[in-house]
Amino acid sequence: MRIVNTEQIGECVYRLARRAGLTLTQDCRAALRKAADRETGAANFALGKILENEQTAKREGLPVCQDTGMSVVLLSIGQEVSLVGAPLGEAVDDGVRRAYRDGYFRKSVCDPLTRENTGDNTPAYLHVDLVEGDKIEVNYLPKGFGSENMSRLYMLTPAQGREGILSAIEETVRLAGSRPCPPVYVGVGIGGCFDSCALLSKRALLREIGSRHPRADVAAIEEEALVRINALGIGAQGFGGKVTALGVSCEIAPTHIAGLPVAVNIQCHCVRREKEVL
Amino acid sequence: MKELNLPLGEEEARGLSAGECVLLSGTIYTARDCAHRRMFELLDRGEPLPFDPNGAIIYYAGPCPAPAGKVCGSCGPTTSARMNVFAPRLLDLGLGGMIGKGEMSEETRAAIVRNGKVYFAAIGGAGALYGTAIKEMECVAFPELLSEAIYRLRVERFPAVVAIDAAGNTVYFR
Repeated sequence: MRIVNTEQIGECVYRLARRAGLTLTQDCRAALRKAADRETGAANFALGKILENEQTAKREGLPVCQDTGMSVVLLSIGQEVSLVGAPLGEAVDDGVRRAYRDGYFRKSVCDPLTRENTGDNTPAYLHVDLVEGDKIEVNYLPKGFGSENMSRLYMLTPAQGREGILSAIEETVRLAGSRPCPPVYVGVGIGGCFDSCALLSKRALLREIGSRHPRADVAAIEEEALVRINALGIGAQGFGGKVTALGVSCEIAPTHIAGLPVAVNIQCHCVRREKEVL
Repeated sequence: MKELNLPLGEEEARGLSAGECVLLSGTIYTARDCAHRRMFELLDRGEPLPFDPNGAIIYYAGPCPAPAGKVCGSCGPTTSARMNVFAPRLLDLGLGGMIGKGEMSEETRAAIVRNGKVYFAAIGGAGALYGTAIKEMECVAFPELLSEAIYRLRVERFPAVVAIDAAGNTVYFR
């Protein structure tokens, strides 16, 4: 049994959150550069400013985007680990609270009814999986809501099948149009149940842009969906262009014989994610 | 690239075409969801707005806090579509235009045309770049809303694209 104080997890969340707010992921930067080369006019202007922005953020020590997001923390905890110290949720929130204060990040979390800001970006959305081993994997994803608002969940019928899945992905991006800050990164969950399907779609966003699912039939859906999305012509910021999405990643799970849940989680072009294994 | 000083003159506004890339300098006011709701409560009670809407430009944005020694933190645009329920009435009150990101509704477009105003798109996700284009910043209303308060900003060479022009043309792909 390995003993870990939750304070260490809180410290890790703090480090990851501070880093994530200030930089794009490398795969995102590479995809944006490729997109800029393919576009002209206003879309090219937008992509140029987006790439210039990351340099400015680095030079000035400012967050790349003012929407420093809701803090999504996905933990995989080895079941040979025994946690001691403050309750896990409190430790994670403490890391978020300090990171948003010290990083001069925007506090973007509020009560859904009164709209009163919690003032420190907590609570984080924390999800924990128990896995084998004695390690702890910490994934941190600050999720902006311009794109989150454009995400959708479909409860398809088995008869709708593969074409239904592709249509759902395409429809979500088409309806989102210019609003989620395209070019977007599309995370798709296929299967599971109503809520686990949505979580799968968020997990898909943890994958590198351009990576392919190990299952050939799933990888084929990723590729075909990307082609169909980019044929929409929405382009960077909705200004029209060839690149509406930087990538599509799908995750799957077995589902009920009566259903085919599909969740489409939209991520803006400002892909920020960090990971560490303790 | 065309450089524009705010507020825009009437002829100047009418001379802009959708798709043009411009640099904006002058005074703008931040307001997003909550601040708009508060402003509408004031209007409904017959009270004045925290700033004179005549010719003023609203920037749909909520900045990050300013680190020590800086005027403003990251401050890119938020999604304008959420403000469709507010924009037409403000334009009819004389608002000079808006800056945000993404398409706006037919109702907003119609209000832009009938008042001869303009909607600019700032580049979403370029918050650090916009933060450094802000040279002065002062809270003018609702400080309790934190980043959602109304701030008066003086911006210099703020990059934007004419998204809906006074004739109703848009840059957006349909």
